[in-house]
Amino acid sequence: MTNNIITVSHLKKSFKDNQVLKDVSFSIKKGSIFALLGSNGAGKTTTVRILSTLSKPNGGKASVCGYDVVRQGEKVRKCISLTGQFAAVDEVLTGRENLSLIGQLIRLPNVKEKVDYWLTQFRLEDAANRQVSTYSGGMRRRLDIAMSLMGNPQVLFLDEPTTGLDPQNRLATWEMVKGLANEGTTVFLTTQYLEEAENLADNIAILHEGRIIAEGTPSNLKEKMPQRGAQISFSSEKEAAKAMKLLIDNGIAVNGIEPNLPTLEDVFLTLVGEKKEGENHA
Amino acid sequence: MHDAWIMIKRSMLIVLRSPEAMAMAIITPFFLMVLFGTVFGNIADIGPYNYIDFIVPGIVLQSVAQGTQYTAVNVYNDMSKGIIDRFRSMPISKASVLTGHAAASIVRNTITTAVIIGTAFIVGFRPQGGFTDWLIAAGILTLFNIAISWMAILFGLLSKTPDGAIGFMFPFFILPFISSGFAPIETMPRWLRWFAEYQPMSPVIDATRNAMMDFPRDNSLWWALVWCIGITVFAFTCAVQVFKRRTV
Repeated sequence: MTNNIITVSHLKKSFKDNQVLKDVSFSIKKGSIFALLGSNGAGKTTTVRILSTLSKPNGGKASVCGYDVVRQGEKVRKCISLTGQFAAVDEVLTGRENLSLIGQLIRLPNVKEKVDYWLTQFRLEDAANRQVSTYSGGMRRRLDIAMSLMGNPQVLFLDEPTTGLDPQNRLATWEMVKGLANEGTTVFLTTQYLEEAENLADNIAILHEGRIIAEGTPSNLKEKMPQRGAQISFSSEKEAAKAMKLLIDNGIAVNGIEPNLPTLEDVFLTLVGEKKEGENHA
Repeated sequence: MHDAWIMIKRSMLIVLRSPEAMAMAIITPFFLMVLFGTVFGNIADIGPYNYIDFIVPGIVLQSVAQGTQYTAVNVYNDMSKGIIDRFRSMPISKASVLTGHAAASIVRNTITTAVIIGTAFIVGFRPQGGFTDWLIAAGILTLFNIAISWMAILFGLLSKTPDGAIGFMFPFFILPFISSGFAPIETMPRWLRWFAEYQPMSPVIDATRNAMMDFPRDNSLWWALVWCIGITVFAFTCAVQVFKRRTV
């Protein structure tokens, strides 16, 4: 229990008649990467907003860094940083001014050094003195995350950090997240991309219609799939055809055999029990 | 206080980065002043002094109203974008972002007011007031400035679109026309006279004019104080409440 930096139990939240979170429980180990996976409207952002003290739950409990998110919001805010779905940057200010503003607000002793450090880390030195309105989507996202890291938070919330990013910037973001976790920051990210969760997370929770329907490591989740087949692979199609014949006749020449593990996508779709609507969610 | 100060610096930067806000607050009223002062000035018969001297307070209020539209838009922008979530998830004073906008608005309006009064001299404005009179005029205009800035913050919080934020502020630009700003109230039709006499712009304009032109002081000074302080208290209280409610 003691090395869980986030504990959530039976969290509930509704907006008027709409029950967004019905019963959400999970816990996150210190220094790990946790992915909350779900389709649009599953309640991912609501969960992040409650954990980052922006919204109050209607029921259940949640603690971050050992502090209750409702009663000890001020203490929680000191140990977290949030990068929301929409870039939280000032468009008319420059990248440097944006970072410097955050540094001053959290009363860093060495704002200038920190600003330079993060500008370099996120390859923004050249654009540092340009207004953010001239930045590309990827640069904006990098600045956004840099602003979140200025205060060296223990927990970083990333709400759909790669939505709308091109593949190159997505990979860069993944590298950055892995780097942060290596240095001991706990990363809580939400995503609708299974590939992302699988690639990054130590633990994944699948949120669907306000409930956690599965939780575990990526490989754990895959093992939960009931129907596991097997697959034999050959070096060429021709060989395979021949081999099949030979197999039938003599039972030889199989190049390799491996279990047919489902992808996380299969797990997700089986659990959720709904047809995939296409890759391009908003 | 530390947080508010940083937020004031932020809002000032935002103001400086959109010079069109300042320009609009100066250019439109300036042309109105030239137009009214020179073109209509000769046909306007308002007694023993120049028409330009008569309209400067009204023009100043219009300038302030025009510039303050941008404050409403800036607040709307903050509330509708991700930045407000960042501020609210940080260990800082929550209302400091509003204080920042209010202070920046007041500073910007003070500058545009000074520019408008300065340019008024070019087109023939000849105030008669002494030092104390100018202090009174500056005091009233500053109180009005504070009141309208907090109204803009409230409207910025309530608006659903940036156009809405501007729309909310538009009446403040029109109201000086239907006041003692451009014509003596006695010359208006009776139904309009009642409205013109009791709306807040008239006492603010009258009190400012009395001071600038060294006219005898009257009740308008007290009414101006009551209106400005009343509006500030109302707008500030509502703004903080609306801001808090939008946190949940």
